[in-house]
Amino acid sequence: MTEIKFSARDVNVHYGDNHALKDVNVEIEDKTVTAFIGPSGCGKSTFLRCLNRMNDTIDICRVTGEITLDGEDIYHREVDPVQLRAKVGMVFQKPNPFPKSVYDNVAYGPRIHGLARTRADLDVIVEKSLRRGAIWDEVKDRLHEPGTGLSGGQQQRLCIARAIATEPEVLLMDEPCSALDPIATSQIEDLIDELRKNYSVVIVTHSMQQAARVSQRTAFFHLGHLVEFGETDQIFSTPHDPRTESYISGRIG
Amino acid sequence: MTEITSTGHYGSLLGDKATALGLRRRRNAERRLKAYGITAILLAGLALFALLGSVIWQAAGAVTEAYVTLPVELKADDIDPDATGDPKIILRGDFNGLTKDALKAAFPQVTGRSARRELYDVVSSGAAFELADHVAENPSLVGQTINFRFLASDITDLYLKGSFGALRPLPTAGRLTVALDGDEATLNSTEADFAGVLAVLKDQLVDDAKRLRVRAARQNNAVSVYETRIAEAADDDARAKSLAALERARTERDALLAEAERLEARAADTGAEDLDDEVRSVFVRAGGGWLKLTRLDASGAAAEVLAPPAGALADLAEWQLLTTDLPAAARKVSDTQIMVIEELRSGSAVDSVFNWRFFTAGDSREPELAGIWGATVGSFWTMLVTFLLAFPVGVAAAIYLEEFAPRNRFTDFIEININNLAAVPSIIFGLLGLAVVIGFFGVPRSAPLAGGMVMALMTLPTIIIAARATIAAVPPSIREAALGVGASQVQTTFHHVLPLAMPGILTGTIIGMARALGETAPLIMIGMVAFIVDIPTGITDSATVLPVQVYRWSDFPERAFEARTGAAICVLMIFLVLMNAVAIVLRRRFERRW
Repeated sequence: MTEIKFSARDVNVHYGDNHALKDVNVEIEDKTVTAFIGPSGCGKSTFLRCLNRMNDTIDICRVTGEITLDGEDIYHREVDPVQLRAKVGMVFQKPNPFPKSVYDNVAYGPRIHGLARTRADLDVIVEKSLRRGAIWDEVKDRLHEPGTGLSGGQQQRLCIARAIATEPEVLLMDEPCSALDPIATSQIEDLIDELRKNYSVVIVTHSMQQAARVSQRTAFFHLGHLVEFGETDQIFSTPHDPRTESYISGRIG
Repeated sequence: MTEITSTGHYGSLLGDKATALGLRRRRNAERRLKAYGITAILLAGLALFALLGSVIWQAAGAVTEAYVTLPVELKADDIDPDATGDPKIILRGDFNGLTKDALKAAFPQVTGRSARRELYDVVSSGAAFELADHVAENPSLVGQTINFRFLASDITDLYLKGSFGALRPLPTAGRLTVALDGDEATLNSTEADFAGVLAVLKDQLVDDAKRLRVRAARQNNAVSVYETRIAEAADDDARAKSLAALERARTERDALLAEAERLEARAADTGAEDLDDEVRSVFVRAGGGWLKLTRLDASGAAAEVLAPPAGALADLAEWQLLTTDLPAAARKVSDTQIMVIEELRSGSAVDSVFNWRFFTAGDSREPELAGIWGATVGSFWTMLVTFLLAFPVGVAAAIYLEEFAPRNRFTDFIEININNLAAVPSIIFGLLGLAVVIGFFGVPRSAPLAGGMVMALMTLPTIIIAARATIAAVPPSIREAALGVGASQVQTTFHHVLPLAMPGILTGTIIGMARALGETAPLIMIGMVAFIVDIPTGITDSATVLPVQVYRWSDFPERAFEARTGAAICVLMIFLVLMNAVAIVLRRRFERRW
């Protein structure tokens, strides 16, 4: 049994009057890829954003319940969300590199967290991150060209490299492949599989095939409820809940 | 299926009358809209062209300045009687007197107090100071006679540029005989030259009479309007008012008609004609002398001697008959001055150069000495204060409101107030400046510091609104990316949002500053309309700014200030264009894609 990384108990999220997430209980394991699937608006992205308190930036959002990371309540008053986000990296749906050079994109996180003492240290971190982001070979000759000049798939891998440059413990991915073509998607999926060795990865995806391919555990959300959570193989072959079955077989969604 | 019977709801693409009609209507509507757009742009372009054209046309008169070169004897007694060679003592010399002596020496024939005064007015009153400076720099010149380039007065300059019309030659056919009698002279020509002049003068009288009749007709219209009003008046009060206006218009009309009739009678009279201030001057230039005709008939003329010819003239073939475009009463330059300037011009003593002085001198009551540099420097200091105050405060306010402030009633209230502030008339800011900046803080009046503070208040809302708009336009994905790698909100704002928003913020700032640069009203309230000759050297010196300079010069009676005003407007517009160009360059240069 692998170690539990995130543990959520009775999590409710309100956007103003809209009750977006209802009594979610889930446990996310370390060194595992956990996929959140479900139809649009079911609350899977909302829950993902709860895990690194990205929802704090939305004024009308209210989170109740308890989420612990390694046993510590991340919504505790004394927890600094900035520190949390350094620990829990995030990759977004749309590739969003900073309008800076490839190098600066990756180096930004380590710089602000003081991870590198010297320029050489930083170079090492940047190279290591780009290698782990499986993009080093493509950008090693253009480190000082703008990151926005890369192709969509390269940009997304750059964003992953940027996220892992700060040495997070968990990597959250919000539909990382939805803006990419099949080739780029398969590169990212290989990368996710690789990252699993070191990180706990949580991925939100619209593609059930993708969830089936990359994840070990899958959570199915529907209308704000966590309907079913279990081993990916079990969810896709013998779902317990009829809603899960309907969604997987394409009847709803 | 046998055949296709219908092409569907929209009919055929190629034919069909109903669709063709509809299409034509739609295309015509599109064409009309395009035509309206083009017309609007043409009208706007025409307006701009007219504006720029008229300003540049006006300013053309200030492009050059004229100098008069005269020999001047630097008498040691008047400058440096003890021969110290000390510039300070030299500067105290009577250079005004020396300048007058130089003019008197050049034109000994000009006598009499008023004629002399007109002679002195040919050169600028500032010329004596330049002579003083020149001699102070070269003390060895004292005691010598030098050729000095005196700055011409505004009247001379305008005359040389043709602002008072030209001096036109009339044809002469006969031989001239002049009998001199002191200041008077009697002229005769063997041909009917003077009859020709008389005819020209009579024509001009008829023309003048015609113009008067047009004005009288306009008054007559007014008379009939008031008559109808009296007939239709509702009460005695209105009737009395109209009656008074009617009387005024009637008197005016009758006076104009009487004057016109007088002129026509004068034109109809074939006898002798007296030449006074109201008819164009006629000069005879012969044998080195200048005669101004005073009385004229078909056979000959009487004249006043402006400059005596060398002895009596008899049977002279070479002579000139000259007439001005304007009567003496309608021009600032007198007959004596015309004579002096023409003599100087034919002696090549007049030259004209590019008017650098305009760009290097401060303000002056003398148009030929006035320059724009004082106002330019004043504008610079004012804009510097405005920028230093408005930019940081505006950007900080925008960042707070856009990135940190919670959305609640209070911030909404602030936002509404900032937007309203942008629409407050600038004179109100001037009053505020008078009360608070000068009255309460005790900032010196007329100082760029006070002006800059008021302008900063005025520019703030523009900067805040522009900065907020550009900060809000930075895509949220950039903020998320920064927050996602664990940047704090301050780091996100200053490392990512602000650099991306900076071009827009700078553009907004420059546009706001450009508006402030062209602003006059608030500065009137805080005393920046003063007459300031010195170039301001800091933000607490008294100063004026470009638009105020334009406003002041446009109000001065001297005609030469017209050209100065036009030139000042050009300088102001060049600054505005430059600022806008900088804004565009900044936007293009630093615009980043994401």
